[in-house]
Amino acid sequence: MTTPTLTSFAADEAPTLRYPQGGEGLPWGCPAGGLMKSLLFSLLIALNTSVWAGEAAPVGEDPAIEQRMVKLAEELRCLVCQNESLAGSHAELAEDLRKEIRVQMKAGKNDKEVIEYLTTRYGDFVLYRPPFKPLTYILWLGPLLFLGLGGGIWYVTLQKRRALKDTPVDEKQLDEASKLLAAQLLDEKR
Amino acid sequence: MIPELGHFALIVALLLALTQATLPLIGAQRGNLTLMAVARPAAQGQFVFVAIAFGCLAWSFLHNDFSVENVARNSFSQLPEIYRFTATWGSHEGSMLLWALILAFWTTAVSVFSRHLPDDMVARVIGIMGLVSTGFLAFLLTTSNPFLRLLGDAMPADGRDMNPLLQDPGMVIHPPMLYMGYVGFSVAFAFAIAALLSGRLDAAWARWSRPWTTVAWAFLSAGIALGSWWAYYELGWGGWWFWDPTENASFMPWLAGTALIHSLAVTEKRGAFKAWTVLLALTAFSLSLLGTFLVRSGVLSSVHAFATDPARGAFILGFLAVVIGGSLALFAWRAPKMLTGGRFNWFSREALLLSNNVVLLAALGTVLLGTLYPLLIDALGMGKISVGPPYFNAVFVPVIAPALFLMGIGPLARWKEASLPDMVARLKWALAISLATGLLLPLTLKGFNAWASLGFSLSVWIALTVLIGFRERLKNGGRLAALPRAFWGMQLAHFGMALGVAGITLVANYQTERDVRMNVGDHAGLAGYTFTFRGTTDHVGPNYRAARGTIEVSEGEKPGGKKLFVLHPEKRIYNASGMAMTEAAIDPNFFRDVYVALGEPLNDQATTWVVRIFHKPFINWLWIGALFLAVGGFLAASDRRYRIAVQATAPSNAAAQGA
Amino acid sequence: MKRWLPLIIFAVLVGFFAKGLFLNPREVPSPFIGKAAPAFTLPMVGQADKTFSPADMKGKVWLLNVWAPWCVSCRQEHGVLMALAQSQPVPIVGLNWKDKAREAEQLLAQAGSPYLAVPDDLSGKTGIDYGVTGTPETYVIDKAGIVRMKHVGPIDEKVWKEKFEPKLKELN
Repeated sequence: MTTPTLTSFAADEAPTLRYPQGGEGLPWGCPAGGLMKSLLFSLLIALNTSVWAGEAAPVGEDPAIEQRMVKLAEELRCLVCQNESLAGSHAELAEDLRKEIRVQMKAGKNDKEVIEYLTTRYGDFVLYRPPFKPLTYILWLGPLLFLGLGGGIWYVTLQKRRALKDTPVDEKQLDEASKLLAAQLLDEKR
Repeated sequence: MIPELGHFALIVALLLALTQATLPLIGAQRGNLTLMAVARPAAQGQFVFVAIAFGCLAWSFLHNDFSVENVARNSFSQLPEIYRFTATWGSHEGSMLLWALILAFWTTAVSVFSRHLPDDMVARVIGIMGLVSTGFLAFLLTTSNPFLRLLGDAMPADGRDMNPLLQDPGMVIHPPMLYMGYVGFSVAFAFAIAALLSGRLDAAWARWSRPWTTVAWAFLSAGIALGSWWAYYELGWGGWWFWDPTENASFMPWLAGTALIHSLAVTEKRGAFKAWTVLLALTAFSLSLLGTFLVRSGVLSSVHAFATDPARGAFILGFLAVVIGGSLALFAWRAPKMLTGGRFNWFSREALLLSNNVVLLAALGTVLLGTLYPLLIDALGMGKISVGPPYFNAVFVPVIAPALFLMGIGPLARWKEASLPDMVARLKWALAISLATGLLLPLTLKGFNAWASLGFSLSVWIALTVLIGFRERLKNGGRLAALPRAFWGMQLAHFGMALGVAGITLVANYQTERDVRMNVGDHAGLAGYTFTFRGTTDHVGPNYRAARGTIEVSEGEKPGGKKLFVLHPEKRIYNASGMAMTEAAIDPNFFRDVYVALGEPLNDQATTWVVRIFHKPFINWLWIGALFLAVGGFLAASDRRYRIAVQATAPSNAAAQGA
Repeated sequence: MKRWLPLIIFAVLVGFFAKGLFLNPREVPSPFIGKAAPAFTLPMVGQADKTFSPADMKGKVWLLNVWAPWCVSCRQEHGVLMALAQSQPVPIVGLNWKDKAREAEQLLAQAGSPYLAVPDDLSGKTGIDYGVTGTPETYVIDKAGIVRMKHVGPIDEKVWKEKFEPKLKELN
């Protein structure tokens, strides 16, 4: 295990380690807010040069493609920071893959083709919404099964309950109630 | 010296826990009062020593004792004092110590507030909790000792810092709250086991364990909500629930606990569902333990995945197998085999509460299935798949929706047999109004949207039925303040659900966002506001450096409107770890949050940035709703009937009945 | 029987968990195992006029090691690779992945190169075509150009003995 040095982020790129290192929590390769490559030598007080100020430009050149890309990337898993979506992750690979998705969309590929591009390289693991196939039948039908099972239990219980004699309040409960009442009186006297 | 003292205190605590776990249980079995009497002092002593150990660890953190490995790995000399304190539970070892501390706290609470319970019951409950304590303390001492030293050359000059994500006020309160909830279910668990052991599974048992369960549930609700709120403002991309295994690990006990408090109501009031209630009590705490295993063992990859060590995973799994397996075996052996309680019909409060339970458990099963499915597939050697938010969002909402609908009817239905025509007459207006709102409201917003309709209808439905509940209680005179706290608690909690559902529906369907590149002076319009970027300034924090942006927000989507407020989102680099963090800036109010986060600087002068702007309508209703849940829970648990002194000797016929 | 059901379900789960303790949830298997290694043609580090393509290795069992000068774990692995280059059980090709700072040539001149060839994947696209998620990653490719194995993370002696040697024996 190498110990991260205090200066490690002064490098052009933060070192990308393979495995979670450093303090506990996030792996090193998973910047919580992105790597600031240029920030260190550029923390200047920005002057208010509003001469060219105007309507801010959207991040993607083509807003329609950007929207499609983000929507798709939200359903994909980042392979480096595995608990982030491809849309949310700041890992470099995620950025590269987003770029690639943009390029492919611009080239006229539809969502299905883009997903196929990713799954041939990284497998079904990248899909946050597992495809419906024999391997995932139980996953997708499970909730329905649980509800059905619950309905069955409900029905059977109700059948049994309705068949019960309608006992008035049983003695045990009466006894219990009187004890509680006595206790309550005691309590109030205090 | 202090860390050694802590280590020693932990060993003493383990010995006391062992005593607490053995003698009282033996005493209860043999009817030996002397042995039973050990329970209270042992539990309280254990609490004192765990607290000393915890204090020692906190001391080491506060005094930057980097010769302690745990401190060296998770703290830093420049870390502000408050975070040095919270770093005590920021690591795996520390958070397990917090777990043990809170468990000891709950045990001590039971030992103090149980004067009216039969001695053997107290001895058993405290004994069972001692067994759980023993497991956790042994786990700490054998695999996760927080007091290990780095001596001589191994001692670093400075620490590696706390994970920047955890350097937040949320860290002060979220984990303790969450653990109060998680661990609090151990009381219900211990009561259930004690009842199974003694065979005294009656209404009195339900009455005893009910307030404890409700309080734990209220803490858990608050803890989960705090975690979600924290993730929302700290992670910087505006989400508030990610269906991460760690979140699911806390959500599953909550679902089981919710089912449990409803089932306990039936057991207490009607004597029915005894076996079912016991099983739920076992399940709720088992899921807390399971969550610990899932997060700590590394069998699932999660944001929280602490440094994984197979020995830890194996230890917890073994412990899990003993505790849960043992209790389920006891259940199979001792649970009442007869149908208890009286008759009830298709349409009755019992039947409605049963359907609520069934739906909640189906929802729980769904979350469990989705969380574990990748592991199951992997263990069977059938490949690796991911199950993420798109799956959970798609299946969870339809599964839980019936429970939200039933919530409106249950509290208004009579026990044993309610009249359906009568109910229809009482609720027809509420139903009509909620359906109409659900259908029409989306049309006035952004056009028809089935999910939004469902959410609005359910939210309005719950809120109206709560109002009807109050009106009917006050119909024959009476004052609001005179209504029992249990009633108030239930209605507040239900109303909280209405608020939460409304918040979720609105933010999920109507939030807007923009990702823009902003030069100094640039503006962008969104949701009736204009955001003007005024550049960034250098800002030096105690243990980080930051670029702090200034964004002016004005009225209208075109520049020139009235200036409203200024936001300062930050981009931080932490000195020790070099980790970058996004600190979002939020302007909250009752109706919406305006949320701004800095992305990447796009040029070397840092005059152009990627900026993310969100408009999140009604998102705060979500957390206000959760607050209502928690307050409702505490209120219900403080109902006067729980404070009534039950005679120390339990009803003798009740003892005979269960066996 | 009904009352034993919770225990039975739990026992099954414990079985899965026990198995799960020995699995790594983060390790994603490569979908390329048993499939042809993706083709590419890239210039070589230090010899910009020459190119490398996997087709050049037809008829040989070889390793494709994806590395980068900025990668810390790759340095750990470097010694092991150098030793392998000496004993020469198998040719190693080092795909230089996303070396934006252009340091590879100098680094290899300084520390020694274990590689037969070092194709230069500046854009990172070839790495992505192979499903690389980070460095180092090593692919075993057989005589027919089929990917037979993938190892994620640095190679050490233990990994080499237990994972690579048997595979290479099988393929040769």
